[in-house]
Amino acid sequence: MRSLQNLPVPGRLRRRIERQWLIGRAIKRRHALSLISDRTGQIGRRDILAFVTQRNERVRLPYFLDYYRELGVRHFLFVDNNSTDGSTDYLKAQPDVSLWWTKAGYKQSRFGMDWLCWLLFRYGHGHWCLTVDPDEFLVYPHCDSRPLTALTDWLGDSGHRSFPAMLLDMYPKGALDERIYQEGQNPFEIACWFDPANYTIRKNSYLGNLWIQGGPRTRTFFPYDPKSGPALNKIPLVKWSRRYTYYSSTHMLLPRSLNWVYDEDGGEMASGCLLHAKFLSTFAEKSTEELDRGQHYANSQEYRAYHAGLQDGARLWCSESREYRDWRQLEDLGLISSGNWP
Amino acid sequence: MTEAVNLGVILLCHANLRMAARMARIWADGGARVVIHIDAKAPASDVAEMKQSLSDLPDIAYSRRIRCNWGRFSLIEATQHAASQLLETWPETTHVYLASGSCLPLRPIADLRAFLALDPNRDYIESVDTNEVGWVIGGLNEERFTLYFPVDWRKHRKLFDRCVEIQRKLGIRRKLPRGLTPHLGSQWWCLTANTLRAILNDPRRKEYDRFFRRSWIPDESYFQSLARRHSGSIESRSLTFARFDHRGRPYQAYDDHLQVLEEANCFVARKIWPGATQLLGYFPRPAGPGPDPTPPQPANIERLIARTVSRRILGRPGLYMQSRFPRKDSENGKTSAPYAVFQGLTDIFPGFEDWLRDYLPGDVHGHLLGPEMVEFAGRPEIGPGALSSSAVLRDYDPQGFLTALIRMTEQMQVFQFSPRDNQDLNWFMATDPNAYLFVVTGAWNLPLLDMDMPFDDIRRITAKLQRTEMELLEVLNSVWVKARVQLWEFNDFIARPQAILDKALGQIDPDAKPVTKLPPMRDITGLPEHLQRLRNSGLHPRLTGDQPITKASHILARNNI
Repeated sequence: MRSLQNLPVPGRLRRRIERQWLIGRAIKRRHALSLISDRTGQIGRRDILAFVTQRNERVRLPYFLDYYRELGVRHFLFVDNNSTDGSTDYLKAQPDVSLWWTKAGYKQSRFGMDWLCWLLFRYGHGHWCLTVDPDEFLVYPHCDSRPLTALTDWLGDSGHRSFPAMLLDMYPKGALDERIYQEGQNPFEIACWFDPANYTIRKNSYLGNLWIQGGPRTRTFFPYDPKSGPALNKIPLVKWSRRYTYYSSTHMLLPRSLNWVYDEDGGEMASGCLLHAKFLSTFAEKSTEELDRGQHYANSQEYRAYHAGLQDGARLWCSESREYRDWRQLEDLGLISSGNWP
Repeated sequence: MTEAVNLGVILLCHANLRMAARMARIWADGGARVVIHIDAKAPASDVAEMKQSLSDLPDIAYSRRIRCNWGRFSLIEATQHAASQLLETWPETTHVYLASGSCLPLRPIADLRAFLALDPNRDYIESVDTNEVGWVIGGLNEERFTLYFPVDWRKHRKLFDRCVEIQRKLGIRRKLPRGLTPHLGSQWWCLTANTLRAILNDPRRKEYDRFFRRSWIPDESYFQSLARRHSGSIESRSLTFARFDHRGRPYQAYDDHLQVLEEANCFVARKIWPGATQLLGYFPRPAGPGPDPTPPQPANIERLIARTVSRRILGRPGLYMQSRFPRKDSENGKTSAPYAVFQGLTDIFPGFEDWLRDYLPGDVHGHLLGPEMVEFAGRPEIGPGALSSSAVLRDYDPQGFLTALIRMTEQMQVFQFSPRDNQDLNWFMATDPNAYLFVVTGAWNLPLLDMDMPFDDIRRITAKLQRTEMELLEVLNSVWVKARVQLWEFNDFIARPQAILDKALGQIDPDAKPVTKLPPMRDITGLPEHLQRLRNSGLHPRLTGDQPITKASHILARNNI
């Protein structure tokens, strides 16, 4: 597909070809998935669905499922990438989870997006679909008093098809392994700190999305190579259609009109955050494992840097870190906005 | 007193009939007679279920079902049928309230009756002359009446817009019926039976109907215009609280609005999110010991809505984030607060930064845009907002860096600048009304005086810095400048630094204490010779001004080369 970039094809046509190619690729790779438990018959016409890939996240799953159940997600579609920690059995036993299993390479499957795009294609059409990782927790304006259906109803009424939620890295005050994360625990009891205002934004004109970087990872691990810092822009909530596809992780989509979730005339549109509970006691172990597998983006450059940084006891916390309170705090800081949703 | 008011309600329902049935029950329980119009498009099973659930209430009737299309005359037709039926079935009705199936009464119906009884001949209908601009948000105003609308907007938006455009070009103007002044207003009203009867029985009704059949969104103009012809006393406001966003879509109420809705003391609110169970359970409030006729006081909720509208349209100044990324010059405020930039002063006074801290109340930083690092006040590794002091990281998005810093800090930000620093923000700062820029030109020459470097290198650096500063001056002298800029030539500044600094600081902070003592100045004794030497080497130093030069030193300089 990269070769297409060099051909003199007009952007519009190129995007169309890329979109169809990505959808076709996802359909073709559906055979990599083997069905373990199919409860998709339970899905109602207006249900909000969650699509998740996971690998060895057994400890995190109970809180993750409860969090999104409470928000109003009605059904979870999981792809289990060859877990060995019993998470497969755990998910199989959940009444609102449909589970697929694969041992195909994460990297070779566009970091799991091929699998999820197939499930989105097959089951997501016409639904509001939330595509998240097991360590991402959606926070949106008024999330303490209004369920996710209130948000999706409002988005639908206002003619929006997608909702942005920037990834907000959360970290503990001390060393990562100082407090051990227990199963079922709210991860933000431990990792409750975040960086308030060191994010960089640029616009990608080909796909129309904003490219957001920065935060504690860039500040700590990439201060002299900001370009390599992780991308934080995400669009996890979409009223799905078979014609849509995620382009790169959940950072951006095709068709590109789905990426226009920001106002360019000075106004604010509604947006949320994905609180990222990656930096817990489980991280050190995980980063060693992931480094060995080499299945992550850009040759696992990120994991390499973290590993090097965290070996000598580096901490993410600094005196300017803020302690997380609620969505209103994030709105005051300008990380999210309630836009036109009073 | 309340006996004088016999309230009839027309309930227009199209979707969510379960909620509509609930509303009908509230009205009927409150002693109102209700005529329900159900859109002909509603599924038969839902209608049957609704009728079944309301079968125990005697004072409910159903009017002829019409297929209603949004923005078309069918809505008026449905209202007319229901109104005629209401007035025929219950001729003793004194007031008719038009509500929808998703309008929630917030106060007991007895309160509404008591309120109407205060002035029984008054019609409560918002009715604004179309010549008065400003009622319509994001839509057609007067053209609703003067153009033709053959296609449905919801189904064929592009065609609709094209139609309007073509008619505008052709200069098409429909004739208004004689004597009719079009008025617009909220589609939810409460009219006295007399006024409503007069509208329905108007001898020219056919003519009016024909006219409004072709108008755009007649439910916001039919009764609003005709009431002006027939009513003796109009109070131009709607008793139903409904507000629209900048695109003309109604705002919805959720559970967390409970308190603000209660404070607003409105009779009826539209529209409620169907899942707001807490609201639907809480309202309408049970009747108190006696009816309470106080009028609505929606000031608080209006403020909430005004804040939302301004946030959606204007946004918060100086904020750049995932859902607000204004293009250049559409920022509605490039930065969120005033800040001051001093160029050249650290070159003249090496201790300027510390000195300035005593005179200005803000955070005084060093060279924030400096080439080696971000010189935050006190030189921490991580500055306000967790901004890194890495210059590489800052230069990755300098504008984001500066705006975030200004937005994150509570005090005024003051920093030093020089041609050695990152120049990417020159236009940004020059066109930002929040910026105070103070520039002493040519001051960057001074540190080069005691630089222990080969003359060729000094000459090269001088040329580069001079070019950079001249580019900045070009920006600062352009017609686009919005910042408050003060420029001094080095010579002028050196002649009376204390007075100039005093004035400059007074401009930033009117309460700044007078400048009485200056920080130690860098030694400038060798400057004339240095400049002459540059001149002799073929470079033309332009920004430092003419330095008086003694003959002896002139010869000295020449001999050195």
